[in-house]
Amino acid sequence: MLNINIYRYNPEQDKFPYMMNYEIEKPEKDIMVLDLLHLLKENDPSLSFRRSCREGVCGSDGMSINGKNGLACITALSDALKGDRLDIRPLPGLPVIRDLVVDMTQFYNQYEKIKPFLQNDTTPPEQERLQSPADRDKLDGLYECILCACCSTSCPSFWWNPDKFVGPAALLQAYRFLADTRDLEKDSRLDDLADPFSVYRCHGIMNCVAACPKGLNPNKAIGEIKTMLLKGKSSKNIIASDGVTA
Amino acid sequence: MTNIINANNIKTLEFDALIIGGGGAGMRTSLELAKSGLKTAVVSKVFPTRSHTVSAQGGITCAIQSADPNDDWRWHMYDTVKGADFIGDQDAIEYMCSEGPKAVFELEHMGLPFSRFDNGRIYQRPFGGQSKDFGKGGQAARTCAAADRTGHALLHTLYQNNIKEGSNFLNEWFAVDLVKNSKNEVTGVIAFSIESGEVAHLKAQATVLATGGAGRIYASTTNALINTGDGLGMSLRSGFAAQDMEMWQFHPTGIYGAGSLVTEGCRGEGGYLVNGEGERFMERYAPNVKDLAGRDVVARSMVLEILEGRGCGEKKDHVYLKLDHLGADVLNSKLPGICELSKTFAHVDPVYHPIPVVPTCHYMMGGTPTNIHGQAFTRINSEDVTVPGLFAAGEAACVSVHGANRLGGNSLLDLIVFGRAAGTFIQKELSSGGGVESASNSDIDNSLERLNKLNESSSGHETAPVKKELQTCMQNYFGVFRRGEFMEKGVAELEEIRNKAENLYLSDKSAAFNTSRVEALELQNLVEVAEATAISALHRNESRGAHARDDFPDRDDDNWLCHSVFDPNDKSLSKRVVNFAPKTMEAFPPKVRVY
Repeated sequence: MLNINIYRYNPEQDKFPYMMNYEIEKPEKDIMVLDLLHLLKENDPSLSFRRSCREGVCGSDGMSINGKNGLACITALSDALKGDRLDIRPLPGLPVIRDLVVDMTQFYNQYEKIKPFLQNDTTPPEQERLQSPADRDKLDGLYECILCACCSTSCPSFWWNPDKFVGPAALLQAYRFLADTRDLEKDSRLDDLADPFSVYRCHGIMNCVAACPKGLNPNKAIGEIKTMLLKGKSSKNIIASDGVTA
Repeated sequence: MTNIINANNIKTLEFDALIIGGGGAGMRTSLELAKSGLKTAVVSKVFPTRSHTVSAQGGITCAIQSADPNDDWRWHMYDTVKGADFIGDQDAIEYMCSEGPKAVFELEHMGLPFSRFDNGRIYQRPFGGQSKDFGKGGQAARTCAAADRTGHALLHTLYQNNIKEGSNFLNEWFAVDLVKNSKNEVTGVIAFSIESGEVAHLKAQATVLATGGAGRIYASTTNALINTGDGLGMSLRSGFAAQDMEMWQFHPTGIYGAGSLVTEGCRGEGGYLVNGEGERFMERYAPNVKDLAGRDVVARSMVLEILEGRGCGEKKDHVYLKLDHLGADVLNSKLPGICELSKTFAHVDPVYHPIPVVPTCHYMMGGTPTNIHGQAFTRINSEDVTVPGLFAAGEAACVSVHGANRLGGNSLLDLIVFGRAAGTFIQKELSSGGGVESASNSDIDNSLERLNKLNESSSGHETAPVKKELQTCMQNYFGVFRRGEFMEKGVAELEEIRNKAENLYLSDKSAAFNTSRVEALELQNLVEVAEATAISALHRNESRGAHARDDFPDRDDDNWLCHSVFDPNDKSLSKRVVNFAPKTMEAFPPKVRVY
């Protein structure tokens, strides 16, 4: 028997959230945590969670699985279980709508804030803009982000300042456009980030790296942004506006 | 939400254009409309980047003359017509292939991170069914790729540019049913916010169905869990026709047991299939192009190998996709996502071991019939009649560029070319005063019936077991190979399943993020799509493209060189002529299809 505990909260019925215990036979073959949630939902249709692609590319089912953020659909039960026990909670730090479903507005706001689109006002050629394979390689490890929020919601700095600290996911995307040779707004992008909170609340805790289900490294991207800020003109204002060193 | 909802107690949100679905087709349409100044909204049941376009891997096929400077969109058109087994509309295919390059370059200008050749141009790889010089010049390499994550890159790029243009999104809103006025025009939808449960009448002059496919009618599919044919379900319930619904593509390489897609790009890069005896069996079925034959051809060959006892594994019920000979460098640079998926779902590292694969339901060639502007039409007394106010684009639509079998890489092209075309057309039509009359309160109440019935249910069937029954039925009777007597049994079973699905019991009546309610409504959409599929398949007495019948093994051009049109009102099937009149060239006449 597996001992499963799932965070439950229905705003219409529950004054406070609680952990609900489910007992279920251990499946004969290894399944994913998402499959397990589906099994539980067959018996308890009131259990709510997001899911879509069920193969780790859409980013819907980020959740805290035995204390570690990950995607339920690509986390094998055998890897997640501690003995026979499994605790599943919503991603930490964001408001809970219901059960395992969190309100991701703050997360998306940070994403939109970094202007996550290519900026190049020159008249495009009739064909594509050219980019060498080496320059294109600079985008690897950046563009693959699926916006699941596993990284940002594992980050204590984001928990503390979700409105002002851009957070690892959006900073990874900020760097994705800073690194793109086709983008011509590097200076204004850096200017937008040149304050004490947007980037510099990252203290290299590296939870983001540990949490990313796609094996990406937001911490490294943030380091690159910090370097660009320090080398660029934008860095001068940072300390002055805050009074404390970043 | 336990009280009866009616036109008087829900709010109305008014738009010029409404796009149902936030995948590639929907977001390409909305992008076009965002620039127009029209008031538009994208209604998506998931946050847009969770849409199924994200799972597309191998690429977008288009004659951009990068891998081959002499490439020609007419060659692409020839391949597509042949791949479709000659029931794709040639005017639409001509439009898609000739407009394609412009649409792909636009995506690049928007920032899509395509892989590159050394000269800096977009990387293109070979895909199945591709040729040079109208089939006479050997294999082409025409599929533009961002590694093996092209769909992800495309979807995110479109979302990003919609942010840039300030598009309006109703995210995590579920569209329940179309609203029609007394003249049978579509005037919007009934929808509810999944987060709050609030129901609203979304009123619009133009409603675009961009709801994607419905692969979840089958038990084994590469499709996301959200691919439940919601748009088609709504239009069928409204009495509008569906075209070519018997045509479902089974992708040769779904991961055995899990169903996840393994891109055709694997074979494009040099991978190949082997049977239980280690034989590269596609050499026997398609001596010229082998593993890069049309998907229908490869899928059938695989099933025959398995049926004849030459499968792999203990149960001999799958075959292997061999990639290890390509080497770690190629696999890691060109197919990194596949390596990841294979390790997660098949527990094999393709650098060392072959991936176990089986043909898996992948794509709906049929859908709501449209012209190249995205205008939906239906059939009244054997005449095509456009439905004012209703549009469709992408997999939900049947324009028809894929006919009886879609070529790999053509779905992403379909999305952007026809998403864009629909946006342009709607903009033009609405700015020149086109539009529809408002629906009355009783029209709106009609569209609320299904939701009310579910919300008021006090007994009935559970959603999950009925869904399983449906999927098993479709898998058993309407799979890669089909036979009349089995399909008749399937159609009968579906009648029972429909009865159950129309009487579901929603035990949880709560408002906030009630996924049970969504799943029940989705199941009812799946049933509509499954029924249209089953009846269309039963009636087409021939084998063509993806529709392969044991009892009618040959293609029958005398009787069936036509579209099938399913009428949901009396559940009948009629025939519609295929377009053989491209604008700038001679049509490609039907011929024997060999690879």
